[in-house]
Amino acid sequence: MGELLIIAIGSALVNNVVLSQFLGICPFLGVSKKVETAAGMGGAVVFVITIASFVSGVVYKFILANKAILGGKLVYLQTIVFILVIACLVQFVEMFLKKSMPALYQSLGVYLPLITTNCAVLGVALTNVQKEYSLLSGVVNGIGTSVGFLIAIVILAGIREKMEYNDISESFQGTPIVLITAALMAIAFFGFSGLI
Amino acid sequence: MNNCTERLYNGIIKENPTFVLMLGMCPTLAVTTSAINGLGMGLSTTAVLVLSNLMISLLRKVIPDSLRIPAFIVVVASFVTMVQFLMEGFVPSLYASLGIYIPLIVVNCIILGRAESYASKNPPLPSIFDGIGMGLGFTVGLTAIGIVREVIGAGKAFGFQLLPLADSAAGKAGYVPVTIFILAPGAFLVLAGLTALQNKVKNNAKKKGKKVTETVGCGEGCASCTNSACGGKIFPTGNEKE
Repeated sequence: MGELLIIAIGSALVNNVVLSQFLGICPFLGVSKKVETAAGMGGAVVFVITIASFVSGVVYKFILANKAILGGKLVYLQTIVFILVIACLVQFVEMFLKKSMPALYQSLGVYLPLITTNCAVLGVALTNVQKEYSLLSGVVNGIGTSVGFLIAIVILAGIREKMEYNDISESFQGTPIVLITAALMAIAFFGFSGLI
Repeated sequence: MNNCTERLYNGIIKENPTFVLMLGMCPTLAVTTSAINGLGMGLSTTAVLVLSNLMISLLRKVIPDSLRIPAFIVVVASFVTMVQFLMEGFVPSLYASLGIYIPLIVVNCIILGRAESYASKNPPLPSIFDGIGMGLGFTVGLTAIGIVREVIGAGKAFGFQLLPLADSAAGKAGYVPVTIFILAPGAFLVLAGLTALQNKVKNNAKKKGKKVTETVGCGEGCASCTNSACGGKIFPTGNEKE
């Protein structure tokens, strides 16, 4: 239990997926203008990464690394298999939500197709393999990572909403000031490094 | 041959993926802690880009339109896997320092973007040169950011000590490295500075009454870029018909 807690805190705060590992920068900069949409995107990412880390873990453990199938030599296919699994998964999740949970689909729907190209999803699947996590630890790592993404994108969106009223020098308007905000957030997140 | 040199110019200067289009931000920020890492990442992306552009261009009449994105992803992922094993075998130290970002070349939007917007519509030779141009543009961008970060953060460039370091114990005066530039926040700061510089140049040009062509890239609307290039269209969902 303690070990799982360390994995979760480590991936959510200490090694924050956006601010220290630079995964998922595109949605982080692109969908962070309003807190509401940022929270929607973050929620969709938590949802998809949690399922994707489980499914990719199952595929890796029981098919690719299975000694009964070609003696576990299929491991080299992991990148190709993972990206296809993620692409299909996102599509299935979208169809499933549309049919059975229309309310949730309404709030997450628009963000789902964007998530396939969010490198955080593939990143988590590959990290789980690299660090040789068990299935459970892998899922916990996935939840931690995606919650870290949610925290970071909501904070940035909050700051950006306030920034609308500020007088920013001409050259720094737009992307540069957002990047500087992200830099300050990254410095702040260094404060968590003593946590584990 | 004219067309080919035009593709090179287009990729390196006019539509530079790092500075103009702002594509592929994840590796740009993550691996540029030193110039040599930036160069390595840029060249491996170039290799994948050239090979996948060639392959997709050759297959462009065979791949059915509705299945093209999954097909592109499989082609790109195969080449990434090859490059990954070649690097693991021949440049193990670079492979170790780039780590997880090598397999993540698969989701770099430059590669799918070029496949979708150029290679799937043009013959092989121009596609190869398009790949070389875009790849070199990306390499130049990464190496430039890497040099800035390494010089400020460690007083080095490509591993050579440019600025003699201060040694307070020996009472020697010299450069005191600003370590934060090779840590995570430095990546954001350097990119912010470079983008602001580019805005400044554009604004000045505008004031002088020159027409500045607005390149529709990733900058602000990265979401829209991923949306049109890769997301949404991975598999037809049926949403479009409604």
